[in-house]
Amino acid sequence: MMLAEILDSLFPNGHDVVLNHGLLFGRGTRPTGRVIVVIGVDGRLPVGVDEAAWLSRRVLDTLANGNKDPILVLLDSDSQRMSKRDELLGLNEFLAHLAKCLMYADAKGHATVGLLYGHTAAGAFIATALATRALLALPDAEPAVMDLPSMARVTKLSVDVLQEKAKSTPVFAPGLDNLVQTGGIAAVLDPGVSLADQLEVALGSIAQSVGSKDTRDQLGRARNGRPKAADIAQRVRELALASR
Amino acid sequence: MSAAWSWYEATARQRLLKLLDEGTFEEFIGPEQRETSPHLSLFDLPEQFDDGMIVGHGRLEGTRVLMAAQEGRFMGGAFGEIHGAKLTGLLRASREIGSIPVLILFDTGGVRLQEANAGEIAISEIMRALVDARLAGVPVVGLIGGRAGCYGGGGLIAGCCSALAVSEQGRISVSGPEVIETNRGVEEFDSKDRALVWRTMGGKHRRLIGGAEILVDDTMASFREAATRLIKRAPPLDAMTLEAEQSRLDQRLERFGRCEDARDIWASLGAADARSLPAMAYRDFVVLADRLEKPRHDAR
Amino acid sequence: MEHLNYHHVAPSRAKGSKRQAIVGVVASGDLEVLVERTLPDTECEVNIRTAVEGFGDVWKAVVADFVERRSPGGLKLSVNDGGARPDMVALRLSQAARAVADQS
Repeated sequence: MMLAEILDSLFPNGHDVVLNHGLLFGRGTRPTGRVIVVIGVDGRLPVGVDEAAWLSRRVLDTLANGNKDPILVLLDSDSQRMSKRDELLGLNEFLAHLAKCLMYADAKGHATVGLLYGHTAAGAFIATALATRALLALPDAEPAVMDLPSMARVTKLSVDVLQEKAKSTPVFAPGLDNLVQTGGIAAVLDPGVSLADQLEVALGSIAQSVGSKDTRDQLGRARNGRPKAADIAQRVRELALASR
Repeated sequence: MSAAWSWYEATARQRLLKLLDEGTFEEFIGPEQRETSPHLSLFDLPEQFDDGMIVGHGRLEGTRVLMAAQEGRFMGGAFGEIHGAKLTGLLRASREIGSIPVLILFDTGGVRLQEANAGEIAISEIMRALVDARLAGVPVVGLIGGRAGCYGGGGLIAGCCSALAVSEQGRISVSGPEVIETNRGVEEFDSKDRALVWRTMGGKHRRLIGGAEILVDDTMASFREAATRLIKRAPPLDAMTLEAEQSRLDQRLERFGRCEDARDIWASLGAADARSLPAMAYRDFVVLADRLEKPRHDAR
Repeated sequence: MEHLNYHHVAPSRAKGSKRQAIVGVVASGDLEVLVERTLPDTECEVNIRTAVEGFGDVWKAVVADFVERRSPGGLKLSVNDGGARPDMVALRLSQAARAVADQS
């Protein structure tokens, strides 16, 4: 699905989301008439220091207006921008700040939802989509940590060998199914049905979730994608609490 | 004598034991539990009993702390499923306890590719748990100075900490030198040019540009002193801190966004002889840095 | 991966009272040795996991030499090998035995 189509299906009651050099911002009207703030990245744009700073500013503006509007992060990005300039200026701080702003907003009552409709990778993925409370995706989304050819170069194994190994585990290869199975993505939406309705369901279940627990590791365990993470985290937590 | 031990040369266990008050460290899920990676055998790679992440608690100058230390020499200190989950659990507990600071001894190349999806999600879970802990008033201090540096997702976690101390040997970055060279060409970034790498990502530059609060010497004593100091000065995480951070980053873009190289940034800060900074001795550099750009403690 | 296992009789119990210790790192050219005081006083066991196959004889010799020098009775040593040379293996085994010789 293309961005315009996605926005129309998400907001049949209207929206004012505009694209600004590959970055998205605006508000959508929900079926109830209430507003949801939309930020995002389109056109497979890499996320560098300038993009991250712009997006985090929009999140802070949302916090400042005090309406507790939920925030939707729409995403079709590249990885982080890989350049001398971005690292020189401290890209890690800019990406971390964006993630912190989203997580803070969520903690303060602005439910955050991600919708991955294209690509994303590596540091951009962590700072945007993965920084939301509930990450959704459309079926043709293509999340990755790293593409297989690059992985092949670094691990010194051929792409063929990696692809063969990827048949037996969802734990390393790119692709929507793997990110769903390992618990990173909560649900895949049906593009043949109103996205507005599906978004409402997602927002509804966020509203009902107890406290602000991060349950992705439990999801990864239930889906057999990450068999150990939830148990290890739980055991360490209990040992630490007992050591008090 | 132990105070002069090199942080860079030490293993994660040695750093942890030398940093904490003697005899006070207790490990959570120690190596005897043999909780090794379930994924490395697919690649015929050796495992480490602690999966390269040591978590536990101890005392630092008498104060109770929770501690996590990465072993940069095992799989490049990279985040795998078990490795990441240990830090996630520690941070989740710290939020519930509320009164005990957390120290993270970073030494990582980022996500472990053989477990890429698990590592990537783990980094996000760690960041969420870290933010939750800070929101509960827990100081989370990062120490950086090991062989692997603090790269990739590790750099993002570091950026979520209350404060950071970094040594000259340390590096903080998202993309590594080789990746930048592959993407942009050797003219933009020659990954073999060590001086360039350190100018762009290394501890001294991070101290000057505000990527870390304190530049430490490569000794246990220096890291210990910095950790103790930063725990006390950690800013709370609230709307004001985030606004201050946004300003700080916006101003950085405005001031230095057109600089080609770190030397231009240092000159712009007022360094009379930018070329002399990398070779400058530790004490002299710290004095100069404090003169050029005092660290802030109200942002991050 | 190769799994090697060597059982030895040791003339005497390994000194000290520490119950366990760990030395080394699984890095290229290095190894980690986890030592646990879990066996009867005159027994010693060394378990090795290594990705470098076919050197069983070398490991056997290094382990036998270690047992003879250190008399590590009661100790179980578990090794994860990162491709270490015999002299490094000998060093780490020796360090491990020394580490549990400390009073706990």
